[in-house]
Amino acid sequence: MSENYDKRRKVFDMIGRTYAFICAFLLIVITVSIFYFVATKGLSTFIIDKRSIKEFLFGTLWKPDRPNDQGGPAIGSLQFILGSVFVSVFAILISTPLSISAAIFMVEIAKKFGRNLLQPAMEIFVGIPSVVYGWIGLTVLVPFISKYFGGLGFSMLAGILVLTIMVLPTITSVSTDAIKSLPWEIREASYALGATRWQTIRKVVLPAAKPGILTAVVLGLARAFGEALAVQMVIGNSPSLPFSFLQPMSTITSIITMDMANTVTGSTWNNALWSLALLLLLISFGFILIIRLVGRRSMYK
Amino acid sequence: MKSKFYDKLATIYFYLVAVLIVLFLVALIGYILYQGRSELNLHFILTPPKFMEKGGGIAPQIFNSLLLLVITLIISVPIGIGAGLYMAEYARPGKITELIRLSTETLSSLPSIVVGLFGLLIFVNMLHWGYSLISGALALTVLNLPVMARVSEDSIRSVSASLKEASFALGSTKWQTIVRVLIPSALPGLITGIILTSGRIFGEAAALLYTAGMSTPPLNFNVLNPANPASPFYPFRAAETLAVYIWKVNSEGLAPDARQIADGSAAVLLIIVLLFNILARWLGNTLYKKMTGGK
Amino acid sequence: MSKSKIAKVLLSVLMVLSVFLFSACGPNTNDSGSSNQSNSNQNSSQDISGTATAVGSTALQPLVEQAATLFHQKYPNATINVQGGGSGTGLTQVSQGAADIGNSDIFAEEKSGIDAKSLVDHKVAVVGFAVVVNKDVTVDSLTQQQLVDIFTGKIKNWKDVGGQDEPIVVINRPTSSGTRATFKKIVLGGQDEVQGLALTEDASGTVRKTVAEKKGAISYLAFSYVDDSVKALKYNGVAPTKENVINGTYPIASYEHMYTKGEPTGVVKAFLDFMMSDEVQKGPAEKLGFININDMKVTLK
Repeated sequence: MSENYDKRRKVFDMIGRTYAFICAFLLIVITVSIFYFVATKGLSTFIIDKRSIKEFLFGTLWKPDRPNDQGGPAIGSLQFILGSVFVSVFAILISTPLSISAAIFMVEIAKKFGRNLLQPAMEIFVGIPSVVYGWIGLTVLVPFISKYFGGLGFSMLAGILVLTIMVLPTITSVSTDAIKSLPWEIREASYALGATRWQTIRKVVLPAAKPGILTAVVLGLARAFGEALAVQMVIGNSPSLPFSFLQPMSTITSIITMDMANTVTGSTWNNALWSLALLLLLISFGFILIIRLVGRRSMYK
Repeated sequence: MKSKFYDKLATIYFYLVAVLIVLFLVALIGYILYQGRSELNLHFILTPPKFMEKGGGIAPQIFNSLLLLVITLIISVPIGIGAGLYMAEYARPGKITELIRLSTETLSSLPSIVVGLFGLLIFVNMLHWGYSLISGALALTVLNLPVMARVSEDSIRSVSASLKEASFALGSTKWQTIVRVLIPSALPGLITGIILTSGRIFGEAAALLYTAGMSTPPLNFNVLNPANPASPFYPFRAAETLAVYIWKVNSEGLAPDARQIADGSAAVLLIIVLLFNILARWLGNTLYKKMTGGK
Repeated sequence: MSKSKIAKVLLSVLMVLSVFLFSACGPNTNDSGSSNQSNSNQNSSQDISGTATAVGSTALQPLVEQAATLFHQKYPNATINVQGGGSGTGLTQVSQGAADIGNSDIFAEEKSGIDAKSLVDHKVAVVGFAVVVNKDVTVDSLTQQQLVDIFTGKIKNWKDVGGQDEPIVVINRPTSSGTRATFKKIVLGGQDEVQGLALTEDASGTVRKTVAEKKGAISYLAFSYVDDSVKALKYNGVAPTKENVINGTYPIASYEHMYTKGEPTGVVKAFLDFMMSDEVQKGPAEKLGFININDMKVTLK
């Protein structure tokens, strides 16, 4: 081979390596820019408008358009924060047992049925767009709740049920991976001791898969927390504290979705919405940190 | 024996949950398709929405969704594969690698509404691109990039080490090995991954409300030059997608048949997403068989 | 450590670079809007050409879209790019110069954070709003005071305003919506309705559906959304009709505005003139339920 050819190969090698590095580095750039720009906007509520963080996080009076002679804008957002927390946590509470059961079913009980039916079903659940979930929630679930439970139907309950379905595949697939990755020998050891399959699942498999399942639950929580449109369509968007399952309420994402376009950039109102966006960003970053603490590499798809 | 009884009970329970989930999905899909059945015809898919009248279609919305998907893939696939390649082949344990991994994980769990707001801030407002194809495509790229990077990394890693070593033994450089051996071998995984993420991009709405906008100009296919503002491919025109349209028809639909339009759009959206899913499975299987059968 | 320093520098350079690179190839909306300043003679259709962008109010968007289509048919060299996004976005973008026309449901002076002095108002249409109730409500007319009491939560039962014994279900509009701003200004006299009592929906379609389905429900809708499924009430004894808005006896109505930064020129001016012409006012505007601005015999608040 000529020396020229060798040189060209080396140059290509260099270019390839640099290209790959730039691509990977771009991920950092994007993440940092998102944090930087959202934080700049989100913090101006506190820095430029001089509102207190305490009022924002713990106040419940949301009157961002109140004129100055009546006390100026009030940006208490506790009801949105609690709203997001309640819908997501309740959705997770319903979804997690179902998801873990489905995961155990796929790995431990009926592999073939699981792989041929349940696994594709989960992938389809993930694939259904969130507006479609919202639309079904609005046209089926809301009238149903109104008819059988009373109220308007637009309620926390509707939000919880829609989210339950939406996080089901996330928790299931990550839990499945966690259970699958356990060494097969631990089950055999348990069976050899005369344990039944249920005993093995309960005493051996579940405890061993605990970190993975925890990761799954946190990822599900993160997805529920950040979901915007499907929830906004069914919860009624009333800025009140979420203390009843059948009353309309708001979440962080729903108030952002509703008001962002109608407010003027730079106004206290608009800035307060950006503060909520920043809060959302920080919370979802917090979830990632928790997952890293739990100690497994995320399998999120 | 008591434990045997519990074991039976547990098995029945697990079957029950599994069957219930599958039945629920079947019912859900069946319901959506049933509700949209009257609109599932070529007329609905091929005509633009009508103004204040019954019988409008969703042609421009479908076109916009597809166009946005294509642009997003054109931007995000090369970068995603590059990033995956770096993580699979070049990255050494260290601060930067750790940071890249943390970024990927953070990005992939970002609420899509936050990505949409970021797009609004940078592309729409700061760069004055307005609600446009390009703003929407870049927001979708931010959503898709971490997924693409993860998929690429996984498929490249899954290529067997012996294949790689054989290439090195023949005197290939790293880059040659990557281009000639690694990427072709990782192709089935890559393609399946791309198609699966395509389904997600296609149905995304929250990130697009504030970036690609909620309107679409009349599309004139006589002008194909992307630099001409009248062209459907002009990157700075607003591009409402099918998913966003469902959202808008629900809130501001003035057509008398708004309900049917939303039902029909939901059915069409679902069918397209299902097609992506089936295509990914089929292609993945076929390619996998071809590769393993050929060896 | 030098490595992290290099990374930091690289990061910031990349970030700045990408922003500048991208902005360099952006569209020049500012120039295109005024590119035809020299064309003072606008009688012949060949003379009007260029591109302009109109952004904002989603309520006005269908009208502007239709007008833009007609405009383009009339002057093939002129393209008006119409985008939604909400009144706040429209006002923000026009005052920043990002758009040529900002569409708004309310006066720029009423939106906090906007320097209204730099903007020129063009009123292009009038929207009437009707108070709507579920069809089972026997009341036909409400006074302003009764409406104030209902929306501020003082009156909670239809029997207190002469109807049947049934609880009143109030459906609010979000604080940021133009519809709500008009209602608050004209009917509630600037008072806040009791937040958190009820459903809050931005979506006119959803409001209409909920009022139609929920017994005892009350809300308000633009005339164009009122149909047979709900009952429109008289206000102080005056029926919500176009004629009554035009002659000033029915006061719940507002202008639709198209703002420009400074006096409009070129294609922007031509388009705004076109908006006022019979072609638009008696065409799409009437079809969409807007009231012909040229017919108005009174000035609205």
